[in-house]
Amino acid sequence: MSKGVNRKTRREFIKTAAAGTVVVAAGNLSFPYIVKAAKSVKIGVVHPVTGWAQYSGSQCRFGALMALEEINSAGGIKSMGGAKLEAVLGDAQSKAEIGAAEVEKMNGAGVSSIVGAYASNICLATTQAAAKHGIPHVVDVGVSDKVVSRGLSNTFRFGPGFGIITRVGVESFIEINRAAGSPTKSVAIVHENTTGFGAGIAGIMTKGLKPEGIEVVDVQSHPTPNKDFRNIVLKLKEVDADVIIPSHYYGEGVLFLRTLQRQKLQPKGIYSVLGGASSQYRFLSEFPNAAQYVMDCNHWFDPNNSASMAARKKTEAAGKHFNYEVFLAYTAMKFTADAIERAGSSDREKITEAMASSNWSGHFMPYGQTKMVNGQNMGAQPLATQVLGKEIEVIAPSKYATAKALFPRPA
Amino acid sequence: MTIDFLGISLQSYSWQTVLGSSISGVFLGSIYALVALGLTLIYGVLHIINFAHGSLLMLAMYAVFFLWNILGLDPYLSMLIVVPGGYLFGYTLQRTIIGKASHGKDEITLLVMLGVSIVMENTALFFFTATDRSVRVPYDLDGFDLGVTYVVYPEIAALLGSLLITLVLWFFMSYTDTGKAIRAVSKERQGARLVGINVEHIFAVSFGIGTACVAAAAALLVPTYAVHPQIGYLFVLIAFTVVVLGGMGSFVGALAGGLIIGVTEQLGRLYLGESLGLITISVIFIIVLLFRPTGLFGSKSS
Repeated sequence: MSKGVNRKTRREFIKTAAAGTVVVAAGNLSFPYIVKAAKSVKIGVVHPVTGWAQYSGSQCRFGALMALEEINSAGGIKSMGGAKLEAVLGDAQSKAEIGAAEVEKMNGAGVSSIVGAYASNICLATTQAAAKHGIPHVVDVGVSDKVVSRGLSNTFRFGPGFGIITRVGVESFIEINRAAGSPTKSVAIVHENTTGFGAGIAGIMTKGLKPEGIEVVDVQSHPTPNKDFRNIVLKLKEVDADVIIPSHYYGEGVLFLRTLQRQKLQPKGIYSVLGGASSQYRFLSEFPNAAQYVMDCNHWFDPNNSASMAARKKTEAAGKHFNYEVFLAYTAMKFTADAIERAGSSDREKITEAMASSNWSGHFMPYGQTKMVNGQNMGAQPLATQVLGKEIEVIAPSKYATAKALFPRPA
Repeated sequence: MTIDFLGISLQSYSWQTVLGSSISGVFLGSIYALVALGLTLIYGVLHIINFAHGSLLMLAMYAVFFLWNILGLDPYLSMLIVVPGGYLFGYTLQRTIIGKASHGKDEITLLVMLGVSIVMENTALFFFTATDRSVRVPYDLDGFDLGVTYVVYPEIAALLGSLLITLVLWFFMSYTDTGKAIRAVSKERQGARLVGINVEHIFAVSFGIGTACVAAAAALLVPTYAVHPQIGYLFVLIAFTVVVLGGMGSFVGALAGGLIIGVTEQLGRLYLGESLGLITISVIFIIVLLFRPTGLFGSKSS
């Protein structure tokens, strides 16, 4: 008897509990939410978080995940009933072939889109691998122009490419030089040659600066990673150029600028084009003297946009520096989310279409409304900055400038 | 202006630049020698290639960094802690892991070292992250102007450090009982055991001294190079070349080999460019081994 009572009570309890759960869920959370909240859209986040590019890759990953977290906490993808974005992380180990292998794994994991993969050579491999499976791939940094010139319909780059950056770099330098009374007669270029992003710089600079009467007197290239710049600096001493134009990654940037300082070589100005360390808050905080007055034409956010300051604060609160890797990966992820939002689907093809026709303008970069042509955001442009005191100020173009360039640099 | 060399057109430079480059090669070479000294000792005795050497260098550099960062200890003063610490770490590592796991077989030791290096590197990556960490010392930019190049104190310290460590190691190996025991074990393991030398202890002592050397090298490198989990690779691959070039197991050979490679590399980079210039290391390596297969200072038995 007692057994029977117990059995009945247990059944009754389960029935009541189940009914109660449904009532509570339906009443408080609404039925569609329960059904659709279970959905998620997988995004592959591939970066070199080990190997020579590990620092920059980790910064990129941080930026991408910060954006993903913001999107999710703001309610996810609304057109998909609040579906959350789910990151599928991959480590390219600073090698192109590993990056491609990670994309294969991500395809197996069913990602709808990919954000990555920092270095140009890795991006070339990951976009190619993603193209095989029709996965839309948003390149966060990878500035080599080859990234978007191979006719891959799945590849998009929200930020500027090398050609645009160098062209703006030349224009901005001419603007700064003219404003200073045209003191520059000669420049020397030092660029990396391993990942291929800086290979064309000498040609573009020579062509662009010649009409101004500025001669490119020396071009030095070096591998990445590079552990010693004394030789390069000795050669630079010999040519005695007015301005030195470096173009390389962070580690080499730090070592190069410190070697210049150690060898007491002080040209009229250092004007980097994609100088890895030249516009990095981290370099400024660690080596304020070596960083002083260094100019850089590089990826930069719109300093007048309050959202950029909010993102900077959030990054610094997490103990990170608000470097270009962070804000480029951050915006690449937000661009991806916007495309998914408009596609209203996790279907790769629909997202690709939404990316190609994107007119997204809710970002804090100085790019204006998005317009993709062959995968390149046409409005994307770099800004010229200069380290002045404890801050990195925008010095050109004048529309975004927060300070006047100090050129030639004070002794 | 260009000059022709074996049909290749090379850019010519002033004698000041060539001399400056050679001097910078000496300083770069002293860094290679510093890293190679510990490597050659471990090879000379244990007859194994220490794949974990780069990881040990990296860990020691982190130790120097944290002693500076947390306690404010100058990198050179931190040698007082990291060198004995390195010895104890190396001794314990050999006694507890490498010696036991390898069962006296060289081919297994090689794999064990590789495993240890992977574990160390990933542990560093997990705890210290991929971020580069730099030490800032007040004398970072002070030094001497040699006219053709400027030499800063950290570079001079690295050169003097490598000379001093070579001298101390040579003295230790030549005149102390432990040094003689190490040489005995390296020449004839079985014979050494028969005359009462504790071979396992000597193995661990050698590994400990090798690690202590790499710890000293770390303290001398930190004022110039930022620390990150991959930093060991930057020096160790060339240090292997230095060891073979100088003669395996020879300290004087490691020093001479380091300096030769340093100067060759710098001059090669000057004339052939930063990337292609590295080929000169391989060329000089092949030439030396063609005429002296045991290396510059290697004995026939090694």
